[in-house]
Amino acid sequence: MGEKILMKGAEAIAEAAIKAGAMAFFGYPITPQNETPEYFSRRMPEVGRIFLQAESEVAAINMIYGAACTGTRVFASSSSPGISLMQEGFSYIANSNVPCVVANVMRGGPGLGDIAPAQGDYFQATKGGGHGDYHTIVIAPHTLQEEVDLVLKAFDLAEKYRIMVVLIVDGLLGQMMEPVEFKETVDVTKFKVPEWATVGQGDREDRIIITSLDLAPEGLEKMNLHLQEKYRKIEEQEVMVEEYRMDDAEYAITAFGTMARISKTTIELARSEGIKVGLIRPITVWPFPSKTIENRANQVKFFFDTELNAGQMIEDVKLALNGARPVYFYGKMGGIVPSAEEVLEEFKKHLGGQHE
Amino acid sequence: MRKGVVIAGFGGQGVMLVGELLAEAGMEENKYVTFLPSYGPEQRGGTANCHVVISDTTIASPIVSKPDAIIVFNLPSLDKFEPTVKENGVIIINKSLVPREVRRNDVRVLQIDVQSVAEEIGSPKVMNMILLGAYTEIEKPVSLTTLKKAMSVILTGRKASLIELNEKALDRGAEIAKEFMGVI
Repeated sequence: MGEKILMKGAEAIAEAAIKAGAMAFFGYPITPQNETPEYFSRRMPEVGRIFLQAESEVAAINMIYGAACTGTRVFASSSSPGISLMQEGFSYIANSNVPCVVANVMRGGPGLGDIAPAQGDYFQATKGGGHGDYHTIVIAPHTLQEEVDLVLKAFDLAEKYRIMVVLIVDGLLGQMMEPVEFKETVDVTKFKVPEWATVGQGDREDRIIITSLDLAPEGLEKMNLHLQEKYRKIEEQEVMVEEYRMDDAEYAITAFGTMARISKTTIELARSEGIKVGLIRPITVWPFPSKTIENRANQVKFFFDTELNAGQMIEDVKLALNGARPVYFYGKMGGIVPSAEEVLEEFKKHLGGQHE
Repeated sequence: MRKGVVIAGFGGQGVMLVGELLAEAGMEENKYVTFLPSYGPEQRGGTANCHVVISDTTIASPIVSKPDAIIVFNLPSLDKFEPTVKENGVIIINKSLVPREVRRNDVRVLQIDVQSVAEEIGSPKVMNMILLGAYTEIEKPVSLTTLKKAMSVILTGRKASLIELNEKALDRGAEIAKEFMGVI
């Protein structure tokens, strides 16, 4: 167990990746995650690993792709517009079945938007922002300690399934400071080159080829079926979700990341007024905890989804409920973060005169 | 115990350092802490603020929408945050740059002519520490001793030579606050 250190989110994520054994970082500066590459640029030479500032995000993601093909633990970070530039690479990496971890410190969009906190990239992250039928595992921490813990978990998942794992945090989690403890340091001297990695033919009979291409439709269909099989397995086995004060809840808030954090304060405020409300917080937003939500349908009167966007995760909440309960929404766009009191006020509008 | 404070002023006045020191000191005392800075295309002379929460229990939202206290370095900050302070909360003001009185009458107000006090100490750079010392004495989110300890964690390298001066400023701020509380 390490000691607690007060760190900025964007730096904590970098140190966590280093402790998790990231051997290379590729990226390009963009606010609000500039502290991440800055931190890597200082620390990676200290530990004898690679920091490279690419000429663009398009270059960075292809460097990640290349390094991932050699079985190297690789990490990249960017923010919304930069992540958009990387989407072609995301799609190639998906169909190449290589592992890597990418962090998106989300800012206001669309377009160049602004640099304030937002969650408007939920659709892009969970539905496949690039072309073709693919998914990445998408993890949405809500505190800096959770962010640090989940970076290591992200690498484990990436390698277990040979898949890209995306950590989505927003500018607020990237910029705020909180004490964190790094519980584990991975011994990188124990890393072995995986048997699928393209590191030269050596004594092997056949060359190893990693590609996302098969011009024969039957071949490409097979590649797709393999991906879908993998995704079903991940959906069965890797859902992470927190249920907060749901035991006696008559209403459920659904939120992820920063909005889940704010909602926890909203719930304390509501409960001090006698309103029994709880929170269902997806930690993995893909795979989505549909069953957890469905299981609470008979218990609560309605669901109240709140996000820093125009309503994106709410679609998955509604799909999970399949009409069983009403789902209301409160969101802020453009980088505005509501207070716990504002969320409560919006929530109470749906109580229909009760608890007034 | 849960204390939420907003510290606000111009960029370059040491607003963020005050917040970071409080958070670091809170952590030293094994409390839960969060530090949330305003960020943006910030520049020296632009407005800057940060929200700090120090608590005995876990902190969900790091946003301080109803602060127990605000530390105000300039006039725009008073205009912006005066209405948000909790009833019976504390407003600590850099009188040298805030030419108006507080409009509310349900809060406790300490105005310090920080510039004169800083000149007495011998450096205009320690104005922020005078305000921090006063705040800590009144609100006691952490002890002054821990705050000084936190200083040695944050002020390192070239800045380490400023620790003694800063400690003096903290003490002076605390003294002013003691006199203030004696009056009430």
